Amino acid sequence: MVIIFQSKPSLLAGGVVAGPLENRSIFSQYFDSVYDDERWQMKTNEQGHRKMIEEACEFAMKKIGVQNGDIDFMMGGDLVNQMTPTNFAARDLEIPFIGLFSACATSMSSVIVACLLTELGAANFSLAGASSQHNAIERQFRYPINYGAQKPQTAQWTVTAAGYALIGKHREEFPSIEAATIGKSVDYGMDDPFHMGAAMAPAAFQTIQSHLQQRNQKIYHYDLILTGDLGQLGLKLLKGMLVENGVKNEELTLIRDAGAEFYGQDEAFQSGASGAGCSAAVFFSYVLQQMRAGSYKRVLLVATGALLSPLSYQQGETIPCTAHAIEITMK
Amino acid sequence: MEKEQYQQLEQNVTPKPPYLKNVAKAFLVGGLICAIGQAVSLFYIIFFNFTEATAGNPTVATMVFFAMILTGLGLYKKIGQFAGAGSAVPVTGFGNAVISAAIEHRSEGLVLGVGGNLFKLAGSVVLFGVVSAFFVALFKYILVTIGVVSW
Repeated sequence: MVIIFQSKPSLLAGGVVAGPLENRSIFSQYFDSVYDDERWQMKTNEQGHRKMIEEACEFAMKKIGVQNGDIDFMMGGDLVNQMTPTNFAARDLEIPFIGLFSACATSMSSVIVACLLTELGAANFSLAGASSQHNAIERQFRYPINYGAQKPQTAQWTVTAAGYALIGKHREEFPSIEAATIGKSVDYGMDDPFHMGAAMAPAAFQTIQSHLQQRNQKIYHYDLILTGDLGQLGLKLLKGMLVENGVKNEELTLIRDAGAEFYGQDEAFQSGASGAGCSAAVFFSYVLQQMRAGSYKRVLLVATGALLSPLSYQQGETIPCTAHAIEITMK
Repeated sequence: MEKEQYQQLEQNVTPKPPYLKNVAKAFLVGGLICAIGQAVSLFYIIFFNFTEATAGNPTVATMVFFAMILTGLGLYKKIGQFAGAGSAVPVTGFGNAVISAAIEHRSEGLVLGVGGNLFKLAGSVVLFGVVSAFFVALFKYILVTIGVVSW
């Protein structure tokens, strides 16, 4: 389902904070801060997670010179049970807040809701984003950090990063959000939590296809179509599906994946990066800065999320996935 | 694209796990851990008053102690990523499962955190180990009773 924003809300600024291991990311030069303690000098991983969210929001606000009191709404989420890191960050930031969960697609679902509030005239400024902290998320979904289980080549590495965007009314000099697609929950019967790229690729495919169709566009109308965290294998599968659907090979170079590129070619991270913070960190730093510099004029950001829980996996359920997209343009 | 068609594509794109390489690595590391265990066992027999039958308990305790040090230093997960079953199957893997859970849940306190989660991963190993030991013993008892084998 495509939404067209008549008022073209602007992406005014992004704040991205990441953990120590993310120094190895090829995108680290675009982040606002790379902290050398993964717990942000707090007692627990979850508290560090919260601190990271607060700092990302503060970086975004500082860039436009606004204070917490100027922000009308905050939208965001993470992957911890009941999203306590984001909920607690909202408590400390004192901004009216709705928590959103679309797994790793939260970076885009939050922006879409913020755009709707802006379009409605209810918000002058809103913060939207997502985050993940490796240790806090791994214990949630998999094993203890120090457990010596072998990860297969298809596995992905949950990043420690928070990315928040400041959305406001249309301003000529900033990238503006023209349209968005809210994805369906898609299930192609994949059931391996160590192969999320394969589960998420069909969701990304459907969202991209339906966005292009309803907007009457082709892939080459974009300078970049960037998915969130499919990883190297998921990206291959997405491209495979597009080729089956008649997309030409030269158009495929316009399609990239933040998770596949995040840690470069480092094999220690298997198929690449994942986590709600992965797409948020890359979209709200690298992409935003490239657009402001004029490198990209029209970009489609597609964040993908696997909607599983450890419980659903243990009960033998397959993994439904979703993908939400926004179309950004820069004059 | 249909589900079946996608599953076909997924099969083609996903690399097959390098079984042979994994087996070789597991054999080497698993063998090395067992060789160290054997050395520890001999140490207890030669330098202390243990026999081959009684050296098992202190050897297991020592191997778990080694696993604890390596887990605490964050090295056991690296060995595990390389060796797979090679470091998971020996008793050091059991130690790693217990100790990693204890470290992980320290933040929730000693009773609810460490106490409540210590056997989160290793619990099923203990359960099924005890159950299968019971049935093996029962089976042997029957065989001894009917005179097929002796203790």
